[in-house]
Amino acid sequence: MELYELTALELGACLRRGEVSQEEVCAAARARIAAAQPENNAFLTLAEEIPPAPDLTASPLAGVPMAYKDNLCTRGVRTTCASKILGNFVPPYDAGAVERLSAAGAVPMGKLNMDEFAMGSTSETSFYGPVKNPWDLTRAPGGSSGGAAAAVAAGEIWYAIGSDTGGSIRQPAACCGVTGMKPTYGAVSRYGLIAYASSLDQIGPIARSAADCAAVLDVIRGRDRRDGTSLEAPAGSLLAGLTGDVRGLRIGLPAGCFGDGLDPASRRAVQGAAEVLRARGARVEACELPLADYAVPAYYIIACAEASSNLSRFDGVKYGRRAEHCRDLGELYCKTRTEGFGAEVKRRILLGTFVLSAGYYDAYYKKALQVKALIKDAFDRAFRQFDLLLTPVTPAAPPRLGESLGDPLRMYLSDVYTVPVNLAGLPALSMPCGFDGQGLPIGAQLIGPALGDAAVLNAAHAFQLETGYHKKRPKGGTAP
Amino acid sequence: MTWETVIGLETHVELATKTKIFCGCTTEFGGAPNTHCCPVCTGMPGALPVLNERVLEFAVKTGLALHGTVTRRCKFDRKNYFYPDLPKAYQISQLYLPIVRDGALEIPLAGGGTKAIRIRELHMEEDAGKLVHDPWIDQTRCDYNRCGVPLIEIVTEPDFRTAEEVIAYLEKLKSTLQYLGVSDCKMQEGSLRCDVNLSVRPAGSAELGARTEMKNLNSFKAVSRAIAYEARRQIELIEEGKRVVQETRRWDENKDATFSMRSKENAQDYRYFPDPDLPPLELSEAYLERLREQIPEMADEKAARYQARLGLPAYDAQMLTGQKALAGFFEAAVALGAPPKQAANWIMGEVLRRLSADGLEAKDMTLTPGALARLIALVQEGRINRNTAVRVFDAIFADGGDVDAYVAAHGLEQVSDAGLVEAAVERVLAANPKSVADYRAGKEKAFGFLVGQAMRELKGQAAPQAVHRALGAALKQP
Repeated sequence: MELYELTALELGACLRRGEVSQEEVCAAARARIAAAQPENNAFLTLAEEIPPAPDLTASPLAGVPMAYKDNLCTRGVRTTCASKILGNFVPPYDAGAVERLSAAGAVPMGKLNMDEFAMGSTSETSFYGPVKNPWDLTRAPGGSSGGAAAAVAAGEIWYAIGSDTGGSIRQPAACCGVTGMKPTYGAVSRYGLIAYASSLDQIGPIARSAADCAAVLDVIRGRDRRDGTSLEAPAGSLLAGLTGDVRGLRIGLPAGCFGDGLDPASRRAVQGAAEVLRARGARVEACELPLADYAVPAYYIIACAEASSNLSRFDGVKYGRRAEHCRDLGELYCKTRTEGFGAEVKRRILLGTFVLSAGYYDAYYKKALQVKALIKDAFDRAFRQFDLLLTPVTPAAPPRLGESLGDPLRMYLSDVYTVPVNLAGLPALSMPCGFDGQGLPIGAQLIGPALGDAAVLNAAHAFQLETGYHKKRPKGGTAP
Repeated sequence: MTWETVIGLETHVELATKTKIFCGCTTEFGGAPNTHCCPVCTGMPGALPVLNERVLEFAVKTGLALHGTVTRRCKFDRKNYFYPDLPKAYQISQLYLPIVRDGALEIPLAGGGTKAIRIRELHMEEDAGKLVHDPWIDQTRCDYNRCGVPLIEIVTEPDFRTAEEVIAYLEKLKSTLQYLGVSDCKMQEGSLRCDVNLSVRPAGSAELGARTEMKNLNSFKAVSRAIAYEARRQIELIEEGKRVVQETRRWDENKDATFSMRSKENAQDYRYFPDPDLPPLELSEAYLERLREQIPEMADEKAARYQARLGLPAYDAQMLTGQKALAGFFEAAVALGAPPKQAANWIMGEVLRRLSADGLEAKDMTLTPGALARLIALVQEGRINRNTAVRVFDAIFADGGDVDAYVAAHGLEQVSDAGLVEAAVERVLAANPKSVADYRAGKEKAFGFLVGQAMRELKGQAAPQAVHRALGAALKQP
């Protein structure tokens, strides 16, 4: 068995047992990255030097090569958000999650490609070129954490840290056949995460298994006094809580998520996942989850409104790229932002500026907040009857490269299963549960109540004890 | 036609917290440019604001002292606009749920009596940075030291009718904030700034006229002059049949006039929305109670106590309590044994005279209450006279020397030896036979002259009563 076929926890154990050296592990990762990068463009920046050998007792993941999505600030390492405007930005500080992982012995290999400012569902809006799906290099890997999912799927790194605002961890994880988790809003400090939509953004892992995700979350979750929205972690280790026991667990399948618009292969695969869990003792039933139809418009209004404000600081005055030859302040702002932002980012800034404008605030932004509250209520009601919900992650296989760029509405609608979770601030995980007729991976989404991260991970772990989808690797040309 | 001026105020007050509102940087005034900054207050990507709890406490205390209703569930909002002094391109402020609403501040009226000025709201917000234009190189530089310095903005209803009322309000507000210890209120350092909203209407009309907002008012004097100018400008416009345009105007101190900055049509759309980085605040009754207990005795209560317990006249009580530092000085001097009325006289007379002459604030004074108490005691004991005491006061006011040491070093102690006084009187009488004759002929004025001569003979160090007594006795003798 090759090193890259191991999970992060397995590799960490091998390192601790001395079966493999830190040098060998890093060399293997570098070789995989060197081979895969020209094909999938998953990385934006590669670590120049490998940090000194970590303390292997620091965490079960110590010594395991990994990488960060390029919207997490890394001290002294360029952080671009895949945008031209931050092409030269080197943060003088680490994000909270980065600090915790460093202390836990993580070995960062570089920074991962993504949709520009995490705005997109295909990882094609990057200024530095699209990421390609390791399962089919003519297809998108999903987004916005496409580089993270692709690099893990291609065996370049053992896990990655991404961010999820409307599905940006779960959707690419599904498209690339890996496991990705968006924890409860507030579980992980957002300090140092370059904001897209602050009330929805959440950092989380993309890895090879639910157990790996639990191990990563054990390290990064918890209160950070620098993020007022961060929460104290519930007691106990998530990893240690993975019993695989789902007997009596009540799992709801929202009927609306399995109707028209869902690819039949996906429907079969997700329903198959439900059967696997039922076979292990879970009680699986259909349920209602109303208002899901309004989630996408509400999401785009809220996210764009916040983004229009969050991205205003990129004005060429203090850091990042500044347009040259400007005659006055207005031109400095205008040219810097016109040249520095890509089309999708501009579209969302304009949309967000519009919905917050005088006379439109009540009609759009305020209404969207009301929808958000109603969706939260709908979930609350569902969780009175069920412990978890199971849904698809995406309506269909990832699009071919270039296919969705000209049709933003279609791209937005592909977020239909993931955005309600962000609006309600809930934990949700995407796990591989099958393949479609073209051999492309399909994901299933497990959603839990707020702070129910442990239950979500345990159900996914139970599924992965029964099945081998998460162990499947793309064949492509990525093996050296 | 007679016109009525209607004025409302928006006052920005810098809070005297050690650190900024959303980060741990110092709020100290000055400092080399961009040395009091961090990723949070310079709006670096990924940096997040976290509320300084002292700011909340100060705002709530102020609200309680202004008899306002504290918003138990309150939030911060973002005010979005581009300007280089605002690194995030939004100011964190409060629009939808300000921390305090519906307060009032009672002000004394010139003709006696008081008037309650209604406070519409009080909200917390962050200050912006400073832009410095360098004409030599034609570049503007940004200094972010002030970014994130905590402010409260206090907005009144349009309850003022004269500039005097406005000044009385500002003075009372300043005193209140200083009593609470929430602000230094230094106008010259910008820690108290106000914008004046002003309109005019025919006297007796209930409807409000179109108003203008005046900015850049950096002193009480500027506030008074700007109000006078703007009221006259608006009245003249209307009397000429023109219309007052609702706009923001800038006061130009040098030209003594206001100038249009931007009209309502060009007003920016700030696109306020709740700041998602700062969770809503939930204030418990226990929290409010704890802060209520921390509110010290305020000026009005102190003034009442000075009258009732120390027997001071109302005027003295009000003067002394006008500034917290002055009241503190007074109380300390009294605690050290100075009779209240005498201490009050000294403070309202000599202390205020020197403060004003030296351009000092009472709280920056080096003179100690102990020194004043000692000075008063020496006069009472008859060891120095009042004029000498003023000399000593002036000498030690600035450098804070010891009263007794100064008196001894300069030989200022009064001549209390009756023999010395009598000897001097005899010398004076002998040297001024004409005055003696005049006095005996009924010219009372001559007595004063002789007293003066005797005091001079004694180098001013005799108790005036002793000189009077000795002179009277000597003149009675044939």
